[in-house]
Amino acid sequence: MSPSPAGRPRVIIVDDHGLFRSGVRSELGSQVDVIGEADDVAPAIELIARSEPDVVLLDVHLPGGGGQLVITAIRAAHPEVRFLALSASDAPEDVIAVIRAGARGYVTKTISGPDLVDAISRVAAGDSVFSPMLAGFVLDAFASSAGPDRPALDPELDQLTPREREVLRLIARGYTYKEIARELYISSKTVETHVSSVLRKLQLSTRHQLTRWATERRLA
Amino acid sequence: MWERTSSAPPAAEAPSEDRWPQRRHGLSRWARGPRADGPLRRRRENGLAGGVAAGVAARTGLDVTLVRAVFVVTAVFSGFGAAAYVLAWLLIPAAGQGTSIGAKAFTDRRGLTLTAGVCSLIIVLLLIASAVGAPWLSTVSWPLVITAGALVLIWRNAPAEEQAVLQRLADPLLGIAAGSSRRRIVIRVVIAALLLVVGLSILLSGRHDFAAVRQLGGLGLVVAAILVVLGPWWLRIARDLVVERQARVRAEERADIAARVHDSVLQTLALIQRRASDPQQVVQLARAQERELRSWLFDGQPPGSLDGVTLAAGIRLIQQEVEAQHGVPVEAITVGDCDLDEDLSALLAAAREATVNASKWSGAAVVSLFAEAEPTEVAVYVRDRGKGFDPAAVPSDRKGLTESIHARMARRGGTAVIRSTPGEGTEVTLRMPRTERQPSRA
Repeated sequence: MSPSPAGRPRVIIVDDHGLFRSGVRSELGSQVDVIGEADDVAPAIELIARSEPDVVLLDVHLPGGGGQLVITAIRAAHPEVRFLALSASDAPEDVIAVIRAGARGYVTKTISGPDLVDAISRVAAGDSVFSPMLAGFVLDAFASSAGPDRPALDPELDQLTPREREVLRLIARGYTYKEIARELYISSKTVETHVSSVLRKLQLSTRHQLTRWATERRLA
Repeated sequence: MWERTSSAPPAAEAPSEDRWPQRRHGLSRWARGPRADGPLRRRRENGLAGGVAAGVAARTGLDVTLVRAVFVVTAVFSGFGAAAYVLAWLLIPAAGQGTSIGAKAFTDRRGLTLTAGVCSLIIVLLLIASAVGAPWLSTVSWPLVITAGALVLIWRNAPAEEQAVLQRLADPLLGIAAGSSRRRIVIRVVIAALLLVVGLSILLSGRHDFAAVRQLGGLGLVVAAILVVLGPWWLRIARDLVVERQARVRAEERADIAARVHDSVLQTLALIQRRASDPQQVVQLARAQERELRSWLFDGQPPGSLDGVTLAAGIRLIQQEVEAQHGVPVEAITVGDCDLDEDLSALLAAAREATVNASKWSGAAVVSLFAEAEPTEVAVYVRDRGKGFDPAAVPSDRKGLTESIHARMARRGGTAVIRSTPGEGTEVTLRMPRTERQPSRA
């Protein structure tokens, strides 16, 4: 990792809408160091490999394919680059695909400037960022696949602990990590741990139920 | 319904009655209320029909029951009471109003035509009645004509609430004529049988009286002549009435359609304009609207109803409605899904109220709406990070919070918990136990 001299995270914005990129840039202001922009999969891969940012703000939908293509192309050679998915799309299968490819979090484009800055610095610090929407998707995915007719192949990875559920539920209800910590009488760090553990399960779970769940959601 | 202008004599008067009982005689025995000054006005708030008796009672200080009795007695014996009452209804303004119904009626040309038609019809019927020898009818004839004419004018020109009173008074009669319940049919058959018996006895008693037959023949010619002259006019009045009624029905239908279109299609179009940058959302909105419109046009299911909708769709509906109506983004998330029954519809109604409250009063930039269908219960959380309030300080008559949320949930066996901290925001937690009638949706 190579943080910028001022300690601000170095950020690349990948989105096919120029207006949106400049909007995000001005929202972020001086609190992060935006070192570049890209508008499609190929230029993004090239730019990220060359400049090695701390965080890539990645649109889920790009003209040349899904955002997960960028992540898979970069991850092998540059595992230290972290991705934060940023999308107006609320389709669960897209969100889950990007998260499973390796994004550290997902926020919607309706997020406010300060919240986005906060999310970027959390991702830069190695934590994960769950928007209420993502928390809802994950709860739904793990709930609907844990029926008695579909036994979990790997209980360690295929099920959420009651505490993780509780944390996700509070995120879905609109609580911040700090508020969750106060609500559950645990430290903010512990909340982070739970969320990261959920993220790991989401990424590592080999069950095809997740895919199946996403497909069902699309049909519903 | 039976209200008196003053239900009991003032307490201060009671001892005086005991001391000077001999003073109370004649009309003064009925003088129970204070006499009001000013012109005679109808008192609709104390009245049974037009408030005429109540107005007279208030003006003269007589007991309203006495005034009513006088009207009824004179109405039954000569018809005069009814005519006087209805004329007073027509010509005396109601309390608090400047003009009488009559003043308005004089500009209602169709109403006047209709009145003339009805009156002439009654006069013809009365002529027939007197010719076949029912002289007792003639004593009520003129009051009857006046009453009917004035009632027509009142019915056409009275303000809506007085029309409702007329409707209420007329309902039992119309019900006997048009209803189809067993009791009403029995009443109709009894009346028909009575008329038949009277008619047959008249016919049989005069079987050999050729004078009567001649008289009937003459009467028939007179009636035929009148029908030839006035018949087309009556028909036209009747047709006009039908046309007018149809026009009113059409106008009501149009208003209903406009309201429904406004609630559904127009709102969706507004949403689509606001989400123009997000094609997926636009497609979603358009598809949902199309489905709704189709089910309205072809299956008769009114838009906005929650029939056949699942929990998740209901939550989305709340999100769209509140966003469109109050302009505050709602972050709506549903985990699991199930069909709605009455309990869960009540839960959604409470959730909608809570969401509207949050977007209207909290000042928060976004409202979180989270619903989770678990095997044993459905929970909905509405959270805002707005200014919050002190739940204990809300006056108990604030309907939104107490009636729409707490009571609605309690009636169906659910619970509502409102947690709010001034300056930090509010969270409303709604829980409804699940029954077997709500199958889960994958």
